Amino acid sequence: MTITFTLNDRSVTVDVEPSTLVSELLRDTLELTGTHVGCDTSQCGACVIHLNGESVKSCTLLAGSVDGQELRTVEGLAGGTDDLHPMQVAFRDNHGLQCGFCTPGMLMSSIDLVNRNPDPTEEEVREWLEGNICRCTGYQNIVKSVIAGAQALRDASRGDDHA
Amino acid sequence: MPEVVGVGASPKRKEDLRFVTGHGNYVADIKRPNMSFGVFLRSPHAHALIRSIDTSEALEQPGVKAVFTGEDMKADNVGGLPVGWGISGKDGNPMKEPPHPPIALGKVRYVGDAVAFVVAETVEQAEAAAELIEVDYETLPHVVGAVEALQPGAPQIYDEVPGNLCCDWDLGDCAAVDAAFETATHVTSIDLVNQRLVGNPMEPRAAIGEYDAANGQHTLWTTSQFPHVVRLLMGEMVLGIPQHKLRVVAPDVGGGFGVKQFHYAEEAVVTWAATKLGGAVKWVCQRSEGFISDAHGRDHVTQAELALDTDGKFLAMRVRTYANMGGYLSTFGPNIPTNLYAPLLSGVYVIPSIYCEVKVVFTNTVPVDAYRGAGRPEATFVVERLVDTAALEMGIDKFEIRKRNMIPTESYPYQTPVLVEYDSGDPLGCLERSMELADVAGFAERRSASEANGKYRGLGVSTYVEACGLAPSRLAGQLGARGGLYESANVRVHPSGAVTVLIGTHNHGQGHETTFAQIVSERLGVPFENIDIVFGDTDKVQFGMGTYGSRSLVVGGSALNKASDKIILKGRKIAAHQFEAALEDVIFEKGEFSVSGTDKKKSFPEIAGAAYVPFDFPLETLEPGLEEQAFYDPVNFTYPGGAHICEVEIDPDTGVVRLDRYTAVDDVGTIINPMIVEGQLQGGIVQGVGQALFEHGVYDEQSGQLLSGSFMDYCMPRADNFPDFTIKPHSTTCTHTPMGVKGCGECGTIGSPAAVINAVVDALRPLGVSHVDMPASPNRIWNIINNSGARAAAE
Amino acid sequence: MKAFSLQKPASVADAVAALGSAEDVLPLAGGMTLIPTLKQRLSECAALVDLSDVPELRGISLEGDVLVIGAMTRHTEVANSDVVRKAIPSLAALASRIGDQQVRNRGTIGGSVANNDPAADYPAAVLVLNAEIVTNVRTIPADAFFIGMFETALEPGEIILRFRFPVPDMAGYAKFASPASRYALAGVFVARTGDSVRAVVTGAASSVFRATDVENALARDFQPGALDRISIDPSEFLSDIHADKDYRGHLAIVMAKRAVQTALALAE
Repeated sequence: MTITFTLNDRSVTVDVEPSTLVSELLRDTLELTGTHVGCDTSQCGACVIHLNGESVKSCTLLAGSVDGQELRTVEGLAGGTDDLHPMQVAFRDNHGLQCGFCTPGMLMSSIDLVNRNPDPTEEEVREWLEGNICRCTGYQNIVKSVIAGAQALRDASRGDDHA
Repeated sequence: MPEVVGVGASPKRKEDLRFVTGHGNYVADIKRPNMSFGVFLRSPHAHALIRSIDTSEALEQPGVKAVFTGEDMKADNVGGLPVGWGISGKDGNPMKEPPHPPIALGKVRYVGDAVAFVVAETVEQAEAAAELIEVDYETLPHVVGAVEALQPGAPQIYDEVPGNLCCDWDLGDCAAVDAAFETATHVTSIDLVNQRLVGNPMEPRAAIGEYDAANGQHTLWTTSQFPHVVRLLMGEMVLGIPQHKLRVVAPDVGGGFGVKQFHYAEEAVVTWAATKLGGAVKWVCQRSEGFISDAHGRDHVTQAELALDTDGKFLAMRVRTYANMGGYLSTFGPNIPTNLYAPLLSGVYVIPSIYCEVKVVFTNTVPVDAYRGAGRPEATFVVERLVDTAALEMGIDKFEIRKRNMIPTESYPYQTPVLVEYDSGDPLGCLERSMELADVAGFAERRSASEANGKYRGLGVSTYVEACGLAPSRLAGQLGARGGLYESANVRVHPSGAVTVLIGTHNHGQGHETTFAQIVSERLGVPFENIDIVFGDTDKVQFGMGTYGSRSLVVGGSALNKASDKIILKGRKIAAHQFEAALEDVIFEKGEFSVSGTDKKKSFPEIAGAAYVPFDFPLETLEPGLEEQAFYDPVNFTYPGGAHICEVEIDPDTGVVRLDRYTAVDDVGTIINPMIVEGQLQGGIVQGVGQALFEHGVYDEQSGQLLSGSFMDYCMPRADNFPDFTIKPHSTTCTHTPMGVKGCGECGTIGSPAAVINAVVDALRPLGVSHVDMPASPNRIWNIINNSGARAAAE
Repeated sequence: MKAFSLQKPASVADAVAALGSAEDVLPLAGGMTLIPTLKQRLSECAALVDLSDVPELRGISLEGDVLVIGAMTRHTEVANSDVVRKAIPSLAALASRIGDQQVRNRGTIGGSVANNDPAADYPAAVLVLNAEIVTNVRTIPADAFFIGMFETALEPGEIILRFRFPVPDMAGYAKFASPASRYALAGVFVARTGDSVRAVVTGAASSVFRATDVENALARDFQPGALDRISIDPSEFLSDIHADKDYRGHLAIVMAKRAVQTALALAE
């Protein structure tokens, strides 16, 4: 089947098998390998992307279901290596990653959180990340990163208000 | 402005830009021309004879290129997977070492043992074909526990290994321990289980084999912590590929924790299959497949005794452990519960004599090998549970008994009765600092507050010492290692003065690209951003033993330091020539070569440039170029240590143990990058707490199936399980590594399990509880509470 | 995953026609259970009918004292709906704790109830409130809907359109989640309407069930303490590596008490 959708602000039209998962479409067909696959039971969250602005597990989503929708992956967060999303900056500044494998999913989940809740508490961050497993960091610095990223986004939006 | 970023700074990690933007390069991300896909058919039985395998229908399926069995590999003279470290038993005889074919031959020995490999144009085609392979199994009785496997009449896993006993190993002076126990006024005895764990790095394993027939060149991309060792083991011992014709690449690897420091069958199978079929063959492990094919960790059953005198001073320790090896010996399997375990049983204490025997046993389970800490968490758990139990039994405060028996700081270097000599340490300093930070004094008040809410609160402490920086080759060789354990580093100074380092360790989360660059920046005065670290490719990096056993900084960093020394010496020679000065008058400081007592000086880039423009070099004494290589072999292990204190609160209604406070004070020697060290400790602690509270690889005795075979049933620690930790360094300097470093990758995992379980036992002490097995799961804790309630009601 | 075709009907009629068009055609709601099952080759189908483009299956509204929720309404929508929060706050709270956030962003109430996983949360809400399950064929009272493990009264080709929840006077839900999967090991929903109290247990047995002893005790006194001497016979309960029968039986009472506490707190 042919599907057309918006991926990282660009329109994409592609032929897919109906049984193709969005994670497979992104990684194998579109060669966007920033979205990772860490399990087969929809638990680890390494594959989290945004579907119409909401975080979803791309390993549990059929490509046919995203026809006409808007997707964003980790590759679509930054304007360039000098123009990172504040959440990417926060993860880097706070050592919120080690091996980097869970990181794309962590970023996408965290951004969904701060979009809904611009000033989350530590407890809210920890609960929100229930669907993202990290084996390296012990989550300590991920939590710090998300809180710092939220702060940076709040500061940026205040800056916009002044402008 | 490019700057020197040296030792003690915490710059942003060099590797992070690619990871946060989704541009990491993991094996599963790699596409090769003419690439096909392979899947393994794995045994559903724990123990069975393979009567026949019919692959005919599978071969007829669309897209299928080949179906390989163990017989096909045997017919092609493929060898078995080698063991990298052999051990010998009490009787001096070597361990039993049965063959380990990459694909099972004649018999399967655990659920997950590979039976066939299907290669097709797509993964889906290979999966569909695999379902059509007909294997005629004759199932046999199986056994999953090490103790059970030694019982008379237990199923025999190998004809050539009577009683399933791989090795009956021991260490220490049995007679001296027996004599000391005779004189003891108190003996504490405990039975422990150190449960089976599944390491689960977030990136599942993957491998791509490729064969270039025109050049006779083989390439393997693999999720490995030690690509050069895979090249050696697989090339020489399994497939017979000469070293110079085999390239092994381990690019970005998504976590290892030991799970990726073995030579796995799948690596050999894809490399061999690519040779047969041409082009590339890719295999990517599914998580559920990883649960039954990644080597597991731990799985000990232990009886331990501690003899004490009237003052609570330790006299002797006696330990007997049954170690589960699984169905085959993994690369370092037999070394872990022996050489990396028993030598740590002295802990941070003066214990005049220690005797440990370990029965290393085959069972019908996934092979067991190193997992973060590897032997040392198991040893620490034995020591610290014994000490805590002794304190309880003798009515001595848990901190006091530890202080009373600690190795005094002035006694370092300290020779233990179990082989190792600790070079440095300050266990009392660590303990006292941790007590302050954890506000031990305020615990009674917090316990009262918990009790007022109907909760139990406990405080637990664990000290630890580990032996890491694997390893001094001389000592390792005496203990059965079949290779050296040095490391190599090459420092390539470009004409501009920028530096590329080629190093044999492997970075899979530890931040080597940053830490190693800091070392070079500090030593050579080169700006941090002008230094790149290259690793993970045997065609680029000269040689290396990889990353495990907290060795990268200790051994690899020391090699890098040594290579930097050589660069400085060479630079001084070039400068001496240019300055027309004597070599001994040329000094190098802060990135500048100068002649003492003069104003003559040249920058590092100037000398680097000069090295490549040797118009007037005295060529018989001074070579052009500025590139140096060093191999470093440590003279001893390093011995990081520390004290961890935690508090838990238990809800008696549900049995849930909530980790409320965690304090760690660790002696990791010189710290190059404090941010990275703290990150390593945080992650290590969570893995150790994972063992204490959540994780368990459970086999069903009846069926031989792994019941906890996915994240649905294997409980991974999650963000909402933890409070914020307090982690502080308390370093002494290692006396034998050039920079004084000790390593930090495994500390958290070693110190934490006993701290948590001691806290759980402390919380439940009012109920008469003296021991709790790991994991302290809600059901287990509720059963303990419920049974103690029933007991109390009956009394 | 084995190959299948995918259809995306835009109306209930087209969806029903697609489902009846061949053997082995399955409806796809949020896919949170179905897709992992297909992916692991534990089941297969010839075709999937994706219901997400059917407008009649969406939406939340209050019709008098009945809360109506379309079958394809996602957990996040229920959790964040002002209408639900006002009418049956415990239902919004339940939805806010299903799975993880990514599951809540995709999973649907209809999919969860039709699947009737023994450890799912929504079936407890449907049964405790005796909601009506409106399908393309008929209206089924919850009391007649849940048959057994993964088994409901739905016939082949029958799809759930919406749920009609009578608004109770007060209700509360408490669950004890498996530390690994985060599914309920034991979850209890209690609801009081007038003199009638219903209490439903999920996670503990092969399907949701009403705990009559708990209901009777709470009908006499709707307080946690009323359950102090009540127990639930666990002999038919599930037993696995996370929770044995006795523990599940104990948890059911603990969760029932917490559910009552929650109900009282939400009613304030």
